[in-house]
Amino acid sequence: MSDRLPGFSTLAVHAGAQPDPTTGARATPIYQTTSFVFNDADHAASLFGLQAFGNIYTRIGNPTNAVLEERVAALEGGTAALAVASGHAAQVVVLQQLLQPGDEFIAARKLYGGSINQFTHAFKSFGWNVVWADPDDIASFERAVTPRTKAIFIESIANPAGSITDIEAISTVARKAGVPLIVDNTLASPYLIRPIDHGADIVVHSLTKFLGGHGNSLGGIIVDAGTFDWSAGGKYPMLSEPRPEYHGIRLQETFGNFAFAIACRVLGLRDLGPALSPFNAFMILTGIETLPLRMQKHCDNAKAVAEFLAGHPAVASVSYAGLPSDKYNQLARKYAPKGAGAVFTFSLKGGYDAGVNLVSKLQLFSHLANVGDTRSLVIHPASTTHSQLDDAAKVKSGAGPDVVRLSVGIEDKEDLIADLEQALGA
Amino acid sequence: MNHDAYPDNYIRGILNSVKSIAMVGASPVNVRPSYFAFKYLAQRGYDMIPINPGHVGKELLGKPFVASLSDLGRPVDMIDIFRNSSHIMPVIEEALTLDPLPKVIWMQLGARDDAAAAKAESVGIKVVMNRCPKIEYGRLSSEISWMGVNSRTLSSKRAPVPTQGMRLSLNRTSVGGGDTAASDRAAKNKSEQS
Ligand SMILES: Cc1ncc(COP(=O)(O)O)c(C=O)c1O
Repeated sequence: MSDRLPGFSTLAVHAGAQPDPTTGARATPIYQTTSFVFNDADHAASLFGLQAFGNIYTRIGNPTNAVLEERVAALEGGTAALAVASGHAAQVVVLQQLLQPGDEFIAARKLYGGSINQFTHAFKSFGWNVVWADPDDIASFERAVTPRTKAIFIESIANPAGSITDIEAISTVARKAGVPLIVDNTLASPYLIRPIDHGADIVVHSLTKFLGGHGNSLGGIIVDAGTFDWSAGGKYPMLSEPRPEYHGIRLQETFGNFAFAIACRVLGLRDLGPALSPFNAFMILTGIETLPLRMQKHCDNAKAVAEFLAGHPAVASVSYAGLPSDKYNQLARKYAPKGAGAVFTFSLKGGYDAGVNLVSKLQLFSHLANVGDTRSLVIHPASTTHSQLDDAAKVKSGAGPDVVRLSVGIEDKEDLIADLEQALGA
Repeated sequence: MNHDAYPDNYIRGILNSVKSIAMVGASPVNVRPSYFAFKYLAQRGYDMIPINPGHVGKELLGKPFVASLSDLGRPVDMIDIFRNSSHIMPVIEEALTLDPLPKVIWMQLGARDDAAAAKAESVGIKVVMNRCPKIEYGRLSSEISWMGVNSRTLSSKRAPVPTQGMRLSLNRTSVGGGDTAASDRAAKNKSEQS
C-alpha cells in the first residue's frame, strides 16, 4: 500500500497490465473481438453516453489496447493515452480536436518527411494551415504566432538528422501564445526524453519505431499531459463546448485532466476510425517491456558507429548529437543524457552516387524506409522519404542529396562497423 | 493536507470508509457531470442523497431531492460539492452547522477554495478538492484503465471484474505507478492565478 514511485524499467514491464480478471492470465491477452456484450439496456446507454467506463466496440476502445495506452501514459508521465493505427493517425486525431477549418498550427521545419507531406498537403485540404518555423531559431516560432494559431508541433529528436529540439524554449512560446505544445517523441522514446517534464502538453508517437521496436507492427499513440486548460479563451470548442454528438456533454468539465485523451477517443477515433488492431497492441506491448534495454544498446551502438564514421576518410560530415563536436551536443546533454538516439545522418564526399553505392554494398544494414527496428537500417532520404520535397526543403529538413540516414540496431557494434567499413572501402 | 497532490492512501481511505454521500448541486440532467457521478456512486453501493433546491419534490434515480444541507435531517459521512470555486464557502459554512459533522468534504473537478478547506480541516473534517470521486474510484479499482487512463497504480494481483451494482475492491495491494506531476503542477498554478 505504499505510494512509492516505481522506476522506468518497472513501469515498462508492469504499467497498465494486471493478471486477467477472469482467467488469471499473466501476459496481456489479445482481446481479438470487435464488440463487447452489455449487461442490460441501461448499461448500454450508460456506456454510449460516456457515463460508465467500459468496452463497447473495438473502434472506440479495446482491453488489450487499453493496457498499451496506460503503459505509455505512465512512461511519459501523462494522465491518459489513446492508441491508434499509426503515428500519422495520431497526428490527424490530435489536430482534429484542436483546429477548425481556417485555423493555423506552427510546425518545426525539421520533421519526418511524411509529416511534412501530411501537414502540407492532406491537412491543407481540411483547411488546417501549417506555418513552418525553424527549431534552431526560437524567435521564428514567436514570429509565426497569429490569432488563428491553435497549436505548435515539434519532434524531440528530429528525423532524419537526429537533431535535438529545445523543447523548453518552444514550450515557453506556446504558453505565451496560449496554445498547446505537441511533441512527436518517436525517435527519443520516453526512455531518453520525457517531453512532458519539459513543458509539452501533448505527446505523440509512431509506436512503429522504438516503442514497438521490432519492425513488425504499425501503431501510434497520443498522450495527454493533463496540463492544458482547454476552457480558457474558448479557443477549443471540441473540449470546452457542449458536444452535440453526446447530448451536450462538455468534455473538459466532465473528464478534467484527461479530457483531451477522451476527446481524441470519442470525437476523433470514434468518427475518423483509425483503430489499432489488438494484435498489434500486443506486439507493441511486448516490445515496450524491453524498451530500456534496447534503447540503451541502440544509443551505445549509434555513438560507436558515429565515431567510426567521423574518422573515416570517405565521410564528409556526421550529424549525430551524441558527438562532442556536434552542433546539438549541448542540447543532447541537457535533454537526452542517456544517449542521443540511434537515428542520424552523415554525408559522403562522393555525393549522391557514393550514397547510392554505399547502400547497395551494405550486407547487414537493410535498405528500407523505417527506423527503430532491432536491425540496423539505412536509407538515402533524398530519393525516398524526403523525395517529395523540393531541393531547398530537402536541405532545410536535413536530407540533402549527399545525405545517408542510419537507424542503428542492437546487433554487435563491431559487426556494424565492419559492414560499413567494407561498404565504404572501395 | 497538501491539496496539490493527494497520496492514494488518503483517497482510498475516504472512499473505503464513507457510506452516505450528500451531493450538493446534483443535477437531474443526464449529461451533467454531477448526474454521471451520482449514478456511478449509487451503482457502487454508496447511499446517495441529491441536494438541489430547484428540484425538491422530484427524485434522482429513485432518491428524493433535498433542498439544502440543513434540511438533510440525518447524518451523512461525506458532502460532495458540485459548485464553482466561488460558491464553495457558503456550502462549507452550512456544513459546519451540521451535528454530527460530516467526516469528509469533497469538491469536484475544477473546484478549489483553500480558505474554505482550511476552515473544514480545522474542525477535523478531511477535505479533497479538484477531484472526481467517480474517477478516483475507477482509478483505484483499476476499472478506469479501460479508458487508457494512467491509474498510477501497479499490481500483480488479479483485478476485480467490474459488474454493475458491485462494490469493487480498492484494497488490492498496489505500489504507486506512473506520476502525473506536470498535470498537478498545472492545476496548482491555475488555482494560484485565480
Ligand atoms: C518521427 C516520426 N513521426 C511519425 C512517423 C509516422 O509514423 P507511422 O509510420 O507509424 O504512421 C514516423 C515514421 O517514420 C516518424 O519517424
